[in-house]
Amino acid sequence: MRKPVLPVALIAALSLLAGCATQAPAPEQAGAGVEERRPAAVATPSVAPVVAGQPVGSAFPELRDPQSPLSRRSVHFDLDSYVIKDEYQELLNQHARFLVRNTQMKMLIQGNADERGSREYNLALGQKRAEAVKRALMLLGAREAQLESVSLGEEKPACLESTESCWAQNRRGDMLYSGEF
Amino acid sequence: MKKPFSRLIGGLLLASVATASPAQLSIEITGAGAQRLPVAIVDFAGERVVAQALTSVIRADLERSGRFNLVNTAGVAMDENTAPNYLDWRSRGADALAAGSLSATPDGRYETRFRLYDTHRQSAIAGQALAHTSNQLRATAHRIADTIYEKLTGERGIFSTRIAYVVKSPGRYELQIADADGNGAQSALASREPIISPAWSPDGGRLAYVSFEQKKPIIYVHDLATGRRHVAANFKGSNSAPAWSPDGRRLAVVLTKDGASQLYLVNADGSGVARLASSPGIDTEPQFSPDGEFIYFTSDRGGSPQIYRMPAAGGAAQRITFDGSYNVTPRISPDGKTLAFVTRDGGRFRVAAMDLATRQVQILTDTAKDESPSFSPNGRMILFATEVGARGVLAAVSVDGRVKQRLSVQAADVREPAWGPFSK
Repeated sequence: MRKPVLPVALIAALSLLAGCATQAPAPEQAGAGVEERRPAAVATPSVAPVVAGQPVGSAFPELRDPQSPLSRRSVHFDLDSYVIKDEYQELLNQHARFLVRNTQMKMLIQGNADERGSREYNLALGQKRAEAVKRALMLLGAREAQLESVSLGEEKPACLESTESCWAQNRRGDMLYSGEF
Repeated sequence: MKKPFSRLIGGLLLASVATASPAQLSIEITGAGAQRLPVAIVDFAGERVVAQALTSVIRADLERSGRFNLVNTAGVAMDENTAPNYLDWRSRGADALAAGSLSATPDGRYETRFRLYDTHRQSAIAGQALAHTSNQLRATAHRIADTIYEKLTGERGIFSTRIAYVVKSPGRYELQIADADGNGAQSALASREPIISPAWSPDGGRLAYVSFEQKKPIIYVHDLATGRRHVAANFKGSNSAPAWSPDGRRLAVVLTKDGASQLYLVNADGSGVARLASSPGIDTEPQFSPDGEFIYFTSDRGGSPQIYRMPAAGGAAQRITFDGSYNVTPRISPDGKTLAFVTRDGGRFRVAAMDLATRQVQILTDTAKDESPSFSPNGRMILFATEVGARGVLAAVSVDGRVKQRLSVQAADVREPAWGPFSK
């Protein structure tokens, strides 16, 4: 324990440091010693917190009605594949017809990948799947201006286990309408 | 002698702050270097609680680096003005010795002084005097550890640097900044949607990252001190994988506005987007070489994801990795000589290092789900994300594969680490 140091004592201590009062041999002593004679200020950078916003969310009732095929929004893919399987043709047809009827509506198509491997590479894989859904909807009559394909990569898994069946559920494209994104 | 009451409170407050953060990273050393220098760090003189806290942080830093053995100093009382008994320290096995003191100044702050001695040359080889508040005790200890590390190893210490990473808890993602030892975590961004690929600006003041808060990947540049941020890339489609140019003025990014994932350059303020390369497949994960001359990236143009490089000014790409069917996430060491990346081998994803001169590859880890390698600014360690017990943790491995550490957060996933630059 030590008493609060007076300025004079402080200066004395610092000059002692600068003079390097050890018993060291002379040659080494010359080069050694205090690198910063005046105490350097220690900086501690601060971090200001930010909270990200949320979309408001609203949509046509038929898009939310569980009885309506339009409430179904997912297309699943095989491993390493971005080819749309035949079983999804009718669903995509329904969505394309809705987009044709409601030209003011836009759709965000989110492609997804399973968790294995690089997040950024999986983001690129998910993009290819979203593109496949977008191209299919355009072939069925939707206008390109209504459609945006993006990727969520491996970030939004529908299923959280590290199993083959979970990974299959996570290789998918999801369709979101205006107000939902 | 009367104990200055406020000083004592300061010390206790500091001790509680160090453990109170809800998402505190805890660090565990799982491997150490073969050649370790024996060094003695004597308890700094001064108010007991504060001085011991300081000394223990210095010791923990040096120990964690895997390059030192700490010599027992029990029962020794000395400060920076005490002449060391070199013979005695050599008989204790210490090649180097540090002693110092911490004292309160009249303005309510502290001053910490120390000297580092070489017990064989029998001389002081470094010394420092640092003025600080009680809240800056850990930062002061890291500065001292950096000085000791640099004097004894010849390379800069990384104890005063910061790391960024993402903590995922149910329904919540947080981009956090902590000291390199995992202490002092602060939240830079909280969101209900994923945050990935944080990248430090070369000056350490800003982070570029990808946030999904608008339901799609958008690149932001975020000033850490003010919390102000702006969109650097929000084009139609996905915007991802930001990488700073060494001068901090531009970002290499991946956009899908013209189709599949391709490389572009954009100014850090979001202006002046320009296509960098064109390929029929996926190009992603760009990374500038430290001299700014090349951009390394991942591409599946050859049929499987491999690492390539191209001139940053544009031009033909050259394939860098050939072994195996999945080599991704290129990261170049600060001296430009080593490429760290993730390689898949029999279903396991592990961090590997390639000597770019000889093209020799060494697998550095024995985990199975490694991602996102990131070099420490002195090039000695590689921080990466992996999984242990079905939970995301951060781990670090030295470039020679010998020193290993693990950083984890209770009841949360930690991922997407990025090691910040040296503080200015």
